[in-house]
Amino acid sequence: MANEVCFRTLHRDRSWTLDVYESEGGYEALKKVLAGDWSPAEVVDLVKRSGLRGRGGAGFPTGIKWSFISRDMPGDKYIVCNSDEGEPGTFKDRDILRYNPHALIEGMIIAGYVIDAVAGYNYIRGEFWEPYERFEAALDEARQAGYLGKDILGSGYDYDLHTHLGAGAYICGEETALLESIEGKKGQPRFKPPFPAQFGLFGRPTIINNTESLASIPDILRQGADWFRELGVENSGGSKLFSVSGNVNRPGNFEVPLGTPFAELLEMAGGVTKGRKLKAVIPGGSSAPVIPGDQMMDLNMDYDSIQNAGSMLGSGAVIVMDDSNCMVKVLDRMSYFYHEESCGQCTPCREGTGWLYRVVHRIETGRGRQEDLALLDDVAARIAGRTICALGDAAAMPVQGMLKHYRDEFQYHIDHKKCMVGAGG
Amino acid sequence: MKAATDKNSLFDAKIRAEIDHWIAKYPPDWKQGACMAALRIVQDANGGWLSNELMDDVASYLDMPPIAVYEVATFYSMYELKPVGKHKVCVCTNVSCMLNGCDRIVEHLEGRLGIKFGEVTEDGRFSLKEVECLGACGGAPMLQIGNKYYENLTPDLVDSILDGLE
Repeated sequence: MANEVCFRTLHRDRSWTLDVYESEGGYEALKKVLAGDWSPAEVVDLVKRSGLRGRGGAGFPTGIKWSFISRDMPGDKYIVCNSDEGEPGTFKDRDILRYNPHALIEGMIIAGYVIDAVAGYNYIRGEFWEPYERFEAALDEARQAGYLGKDILGSGYDYDLHTHLGAGAYICGEETALLESIEGKKGQPRFKPPFPAQFGLFGRPTIINNTESLASIPDILRQGADWFRELGVENSGGSKLFSVSGNVNRPGNFEVPLGTPFAELLEMAGGVTKGRKLKAVIPGGSSAPVIPGDQMMDLNMDYDSIQNAGSMLGSGAVIVMDDSNCMVKVLDRMSYFYHEESCGQCTPCREGTGWLYRVVHRIETGRGRQEDLALLDDVAARIAGRTICALGDAAAMPVQGMLKHYRDEFQYHIDHKKCMVGAGG
Repeated sequence: MKAATDKNSLFDAKIRAEIDHWIAKYPPDWKQGACMAALRIVQDANGGWLSNELMDDVASYLDMPPIAVYEVATFYSMYELKPVGKHKVCVCTNVSCMLNGCDRIVEHLEGRLGIKFGEVTEDGRFSLKEVECLGACGGAPMLQIGNKYYENLTPDLVDSILDGLE
C-alpha cells in the first residue's frame, strides 16, 4: 500500500493538470462541501476523526487546530499554507507542489470555506521556483474552472488563493515567523499566546497548516475519515510522506501508512549504499535526535514509536547514515546550520547555537578539550525550553542525541585529535 | 526618505507592473507584503544584487521606511548586498548532500572557477555561494543556478552544466 493520498495521482501522465486531477475524483469533496452535504462543523469533525496530525513536524491534530476558529467570528479570516520546507532532509512538499498541486488547492479552499476565510496564502520557499510556477499554473486552472474567485460554483462564497515567495530563511518554517514574512518583515517568530487562531496574518484569525496536511483533506472527505485513520495505526492516522535521503541506493519520497516498519521503508529506498552497514538514522529531519541503526531496524514509522525511542517523527525526513560516517563531522555540519539560521531574537539561541557550533567544530578539527563534552551538555540544556520558538530546541536536540549515543566517538576525537571511523576503530 | 516621490520615476514600467502584480495580492493597507517580491524583482533586473539606492526606491514605492526594507534585505539569504557573478552557483552542503559527497563537488567547483565561497570570478561570470538545505535531498548532491536545480551531481555533470551556460 503506497501513494494513496497526496501522491494518489502520481501514476498518471501530467498528474499536475486539472483534467487528470478531476478524472481521479479531484474537487468532488469541495463540491459536496459547497453543496452542503456536510456542514462546516461536520467537516471539522471529519478531519478530527481522521486522526490527521500536522505533517510539517509538530504533529498537532489538524482538526483541533481548525476548531479554534469559528466561521461566525466577525471580520477577515485567513488560511495559510506552509510550503517553506526547510527542515534538512525534507523534500516532500516540493513534490506535492510539482506533481499534485490541485490537491493542495482543493484542501485550501475547503479549509477556507469551513472558517469563512476571505483569502488564503501559500508560502513557498523562494528557491522553489519550479514548484512555484507549477502551483501558479494550477491556480490559473482552478480560477478558470470556477473553483476560486467570486461565488465559487454558485455557492455565494468568495475566496481566492495567492502565493507568497520566501527568500531564504529556515526560521520562516516556524508558523509565526512565516506570518511576519508574508507581512513583508524579517521572519522573527512571535511570542505565543496569542496564537494565530486569535492573532494571525495581518492580525486576523488564521489557520496555518503544512502543505501535506492540507493536501490530505480532499481524500479524507472523499474516502472517509475512518478510511484515512485506518490506513495508519493508533494515534497516528493515515499515511505519511517520508523523504528518505543519505546513504541509500534509491533516495526519494515514499507515501506509506504510518506504522510501516522502518526496515520496509529502507528496503523501498533500495537499502544502504554499497551494501554497507547501517550506522544511524535521523528519523524526522535534522532537528530530531539520532537513533542508532540497530535500534531503528526494530522501530515502526509512527509518532509514538519514534517518540518512545527518544526522537520524533517530525517532518518525516529520514536521513540514513552508513558506517563510513563520522558522527562528529555530521554534528559539526548540523550545528553550523542552526547557528547560521538562528534569527537572533532570543539570547539563549543566538549565543548558544554559536557556542554549540564552535565547540563541536573544534572537536572535529582536532582542537577539542577534555571539558568540551560537559560544556556541550551544559550549553544544550541552557538553550532548550528557553526560547520563543522551537529553533533553540531544534539546535539542542541533535547535540543531545549524538552525545547520548556516540559519546565515545566524540571522546576519541578529543583524545586522539582524529576520527575514530577514519582510524578504523 | 524621499518625500512625495513620483512613483512612476522609480522603476521602468515592466518592473512596476511586476511589483504591482504582487501588491494586489495583499490587503490595501498591507502593501508591505510585496516587499520581498519587489526586492527580488529589482535584484534580478540589477544583475543579481541590491544597492542602497534600489532598496530606498523599493521603500518609496511601497511607502515603507527604508530601515524596514533594509531589515528584510539583510535577513533573507537570497538577497545580495554586493555584486555577484552573472551565474550565482549556490551549492548545498547540508547533511544529506554532505553524506553524498558534496565536498568533492565544492572542491571541483573551486578548482575550475579558481574562487572560494563568497567570491566572484575576475571576469564576473561566476560566483560561488554555500547554501543551506534547498529541499532536494533525494537528488543530493545538488546545486542551484538562477531558478534551476541541478541534482545528482558528479564533477563531470558540473562541468557540462557550467559549459552549457552562456
